[in-house]
Amino acid sequence: MNGPTLLTAIWLIPFLTVLASLPVDRHNHGLIKKISLLGNTVNLGLIIWLTVRFIESAGSIGTGAGTGATVLHFAMKLPWFELLNIEYNIGVDAISVLMILLTGTVIVTGILASWQVTDQAKEFFALLNTLVAGVYGVFISFDLFTFFLFYEIAVLPMYLLIGLWGTGRKEYAAMKLTLMLVAGSAFILAGILGLYFESGIASFDLMKLAQVNFAPSFQLWAFPLIFAGFGVLGALFPFHTWSPDGHASAPTAVSMLHAGVLMKLGGYGCLRVAMYLLPQGAEIWMPLFLVLVTINVVYGAFGAIRQTDLKYITAYSSVSHCGLVLFGLTAMTYAGMKGAVLQMLSHGLMTALFFCLIGMIYGRTHTREIEKMGGLMRVMPFLSVAFVIAGLAGLGLPSLSGFVAEATVFIGAFANPAPLNRVCTVLAVLSIVVTAVYVLRTANTVVNGPLREQFKHLTDASFMEKLPVVILLFTLFGMGLLPGWIINLVNGAIDPIFHKVVQQ
Amino acid sequence: MAEIFLAHSYLVLLLPLTSFVVIGLWLGRSNPSAAAWLAVALAAVNLAVALTVALASFGHVFEPLATGGASALVALNVEWLNFTPSLTARLGIYLDPISVVMMVVVTTIALLVTFYSMGYMKGDEGYGRFFALLSLFVFSMLGLILSSNIFQMFVFWELVGVSSYSLIGFWYQKPSAVAASKKAFIVTRFADAFFLLGIIMASYYAGSFDFTVLNDPATAKVLAQQTLPWGPGLPVLTVATLLIFVGGWGKSAMFPLHVWLPDAMEGPTPVSSIIHSATMVVAGVFLTARMFPLFAAADLTMEVVRVVGAFTALFAAVIAITQFDIKRILAFSTLSQLGYMMFSLGAAKISGGDGGINSLAYSASIFHIFTHAFFKCLLFLGAGVVIHAVHNNDLAHMGGLRKQLPKTYWSMLIACLAISGVYPFAGFWSKDAILLGAWQSGHYLTFGVGLLVGGLTALYMFRFFFLIFHGESRQETHAPLHEDPVMTLPIMILAVPSALAGIMAEHFFVTHVIPPLSSVPSAGILPHADWLPVAASFAGLAGLLLAWFLYGRGSRALVAVSQERMGFLYTLVSNKFYIDEAYLFITRRLIFDGVAAPIKWFDRRVVDGAMDAVGWLLQRGGNGVRLAQNGLLTLYLGMSILGIVLLFLFGNLPF
Amino acid sequence: MTLANSLLLSSILFCIGIYGVLTRRQLIGILLSIEIILNGANINFIAFAHFRAADPTAGAIFPIFVMAISAAEMALALAIIIAMHRQKNSKLDIQQLRRLNG
Repeated sequence: MNGPTLLTAIWLIPFLTVLASLPVDRHNHGLIKKISLLGNTVNLGLIIWLTVRFIESAGSIGTGAGTGATVLHFAMKLPWFELLNIEYNIGVDAISVLMILLTGTVIVTGILASWQVTDQAKEFFALLNTLVAGVYGVFISFDLFTFFLFYEIAVLPMYLLIGLWGTGRKEYAAMKLTLMLVAGSAFILAGILGLYFESGIASFDLMKLAQVNFAPSFQLWAFPLIFAGFGVLGALFPFHTWSPDGHASAPTAVSMLHAGVLMKLGGYGCLRVAMYLLPQGAEIWMPLFLVLVTINVVYGAFGAIRQTDLKYITAYSSVSHCGLVLFGLTAMTYAGMKGAVLQMLSHGLMTALFFCLIGMIYGRTHTREIEKMGGLMRVMPFLSVAFVIAGLAGLGLPSLSGFVAEATVFIGAFANPAPLNRVCTVLAVLSIVVTAVYVLRTANTVVNGPLREQFKHLTDASFMEKLPVVILLFTLFGMGLLPGWIINLVNGAIDPIFHKVVQQ
Repeated sequence: MAEIFLAHSYLVLLLPLTSFVVIGLWLGRSNPSAAAWLAVALAAVNLAVALTVALASFGHVFEPLATGGASALVALNVEWLNFTPSLTARLGIYLDPISVVMMVVVTTIALLVTFYSMGYMKGDEGYGRFFALLSLFVFSMLGLILSSNIFQMFVFWELVGVSSYSLIGFWYQKPSAVAASKKAFIVTRFADAFFLLGIIMASYYAGSFDFTVLNDPATAKVLAQQTLPWGPGLPVLTVATLLIFVGGWGKSAMFPLHVWLPDAMEGPTPVSSIIHSATMVVAGVFLTARMFPLFAAADLTMEVVRVVGAFTALFAAVIAITQFDIKRILAFSTLSQLGYMMFSLGAAKISGGDGGINSLAYSASIFHIFTHAFFKCLLFLGAGVVIHAVHNNDLAHMGGLRKQLPKTYWSMLIACLAISGVYPFAGFWSKDAILLGAWQSGHYLTFGVGLLVGGLTALYMFRFFFLIFHGESRQETHAPLHEDPVMTLPIMILAVPSALAGIMAEHFFVTHVIPPLSSVPSAGILPHADWLPVAASFAGLAGLLLAWFLYGRGSRALVAVSQERMGFLYTLVSNKFYIDEAYLFITRRLIFDGVAAPIKWFDRRVVDGAMDAVGWLLQRGGNGVRLAQNGLLTLYLGMSILGIVLLFLFGNLPF
Repeated sequence: MTLANSLLLSSILFCIGIYGVLTRRQLIGILLSIEIILNGANINFIAFAHFRAADPTAGAIFPIFVMAISAAEMALALAIIIAMHRQKNSKLDIQQLRRLNG
């Protein structure tokens, strides 16, 4: 299979999975789940194969390091609407590959984690797969039009997934989430159209646009549109409020995918579109965004301290951690951008694990209020240990992925000598203490302490439940202990972007 | 031959890691007692490896004086995290006198404590888990000591923190233990945030994490010339070293970050013994010693190190006199001794404008780490035996145990004499060296504090000793007590170095464990003060006698009287100066209620409210437009006709 | 008979139709009014074809078309109206038929 076919296959397979499950009887949940799992596992296999091939090909044809132009691998262009120069333009660089790998991991574990879903399982998995197909599409698209198209495909199923299968104030949460994200998309669309018309070449091709020097006056208004537009999905303050409600109401797999992957689209878009295409705009607007993002990091952490619902805690911690993604970007340094990409990966895996575990714990205790739990270590040691490890990954314990990413972000942020950057770096670094406070408070309250009478009969995870947890733990440790190959890949991809952003 | 041993020094890390992985993932559950034996066996092998590495390095690599010869060696260095093309964090093994000494100390203590735990933890539900976590701790601690760069040190620093956290909270169903573990982690984490900041700052300006680069005299000069671009324009050197020192401040529990250590005594006693006395808590001192050449170049930092150390030494000693929980007494004693080590390092910079380096003060500090590890470990393990025997931590329920626990009694006596600095026990030599160092460097006030604390140490240690072993029994039950040989054997073994380590190793430390070259010149060999050992002994004996007078004769009335006479002061001290309450106020009232709660409110009401308000406005607008869609066909038709008319009149239609 | 007269007739019919559409409350009445509008338009077509066009047949085809289509339209509309009448058993008063209310 040649490269472009492989890329196409990766986003088509989830759709094919949907098609394959159409003729299945709607009450045959088992088969539907198995089809879904099979499809995505095969896809994950393809993705791993893609990664291996990418590493080989990056070694042979390079990544554009040292220049300002990203080298796309496995690229292909097919005209789609020739009238408007819209193309099916795909390819990958290392960031895309890693993001696809993250997505593949999270969806497989997400499907495993939703093995309990029986209510309208067919529609649930169909929407989940559609969403994932959209995510894959975004990561391989280098044509802004198709990029946006896939972006919308990824965002919209969320409305139904939360609205129908959620818990609590699900309609409100779903509506809020969708409206805020779609408002963000509107900004992005305006920005993309601006790019299309201002470029003078009437093209949506990201690589061609990257060679255009946009007028400073245009960059001045287009950059904040695109950055803030993607920022909404990346939970940029003050557009983060969809996240706590949305995550709290969403079913397990949806929370996993949303916090684990979808929020990463925000950071990815900020880097790939906003900063890469509009470096001058970035330079002008960065101080503002830096301040907002620092608020994100510190405020998210403080916000989590007083929450009592597990999902709200995790959602606020996501606000804080996704803030670190954007924080790395706004540092405008090599290590900062690299740290941002690493943080996307790390947070994706970590938060997926968190939501996965919360789902399982909730399934047993039927409460997410931490005050009502306690001593779960005694009845469910496996889940409890995994929960503590996920928490430790969140507070940036070395040997887990969070540390690698956060250290890189902080070092990158400090490398920008502007006083404002320094002050914000100090604040962000000190926020790890706050993170420790809420993580330990949560973990200790849930896992430790005396066991409550009504939880004495609870059981530990079954094999099907252990599977996703083990996979995610493995990746967390893998990235934390042996980050070398990931860092090498990211280096290659960040280098051209960094050159372009800084040298303008 | 030596090269082979040195090249395989990574085994020191690998063995405890193996022990952790094997026991943690598999053996700990399937066969806990086999797990314990495995842990002991690997710890023994590890000690052997550490000793060979020590012999090889001191015998063949390290020169006795810092004149030209190699005094450090990087045995392993692999790339781990690449931040920028010029800044890479590696994982390596750095062997120099202090790391080798610490390695031997840690592996020795680890072996004895692991062995001891087989007795102490017998029958505990988490028997296997305990040995896994203990091995994890030993691995992290050794990694910390042997780090070749400050980033790696931070990595292991955190791992040490987390293993300490999980061991303090080992009995996870006990709320006080859980709270203590959380407190320990958060307080040290608070310090670590500054440490990380310091690392980032130092590495940014120095361009490297490696100790070889950071401790290079040239680096100190580079950092001293840079000033921070904001604030009062402090040199980077001072700020960075201070920030790094804060890390050590928290880990070594210096005042006012000491609050976690007494609470950490909620963990099992072997844990207190290895982590919270002999090894982990000296990490802060070790860090300061490790970064000594850089620290020494920053006068302010050295000053802070000295003052904080001296203050903590005094502060903790005073509190220790009034405590009744035997483990807490030992915890405060540890704090006090850590203060000694810390101020000794600070005193290595000779007082005055361009004072040089007093090598003795530096050696003395490491020497004291060495001797303290043995006798403090012994004291804790002995306390463990006592607690195991009487099932209580409280001095009020002890007394007269001398007959019942004879082996423990004699071992503890040696340890108490050692820590009180009585000739010729180990503590005498190291404490004497510390005091001499401070005197030589001209820090007379610090010296005075050191002398005073020496007296106080004897007082509180013998109060502890007499109230446990002498007088009448105050136990509630009078069941016969017994000593488990598995537990007394390590104690008796430790009694040997507690007695002899000082007299035997003093010369070695003074000549071999010397500060590396720094940008500050060495002051050479300074004059000895012959009267000093006499003064120190006198202070120690005075404390001892006072303890005998107050507590030794077993008169409970006298104890009560002394408490009453001191009145308010006694209450203040026995409540540890209300530092914990102050922290509680800061965290609960200020951080939780003052910051986090308003943020929660702000987020829900203001930020989210604004978003909801936008939604609400749109909905209102939509409702307004909706009024036109009233379903009245006449209106629709009329509007369309009106539209056509208007277009006809004003529009640009083609007809 | 002049063009002007024919157009006047056509516009009178058209206006009557519009008036009827806007004021009638009965659906049948509205339908009749629409028919009147269409007839007005047809007269307009025929008048122009008769007086101005080179080939008047072209103009005559249009009204025939309109009539055919409006007949079909009426058939449909009446069917719907009858269905509505049966379903709601209403008086077909558009003041009450407001289910398109947004």
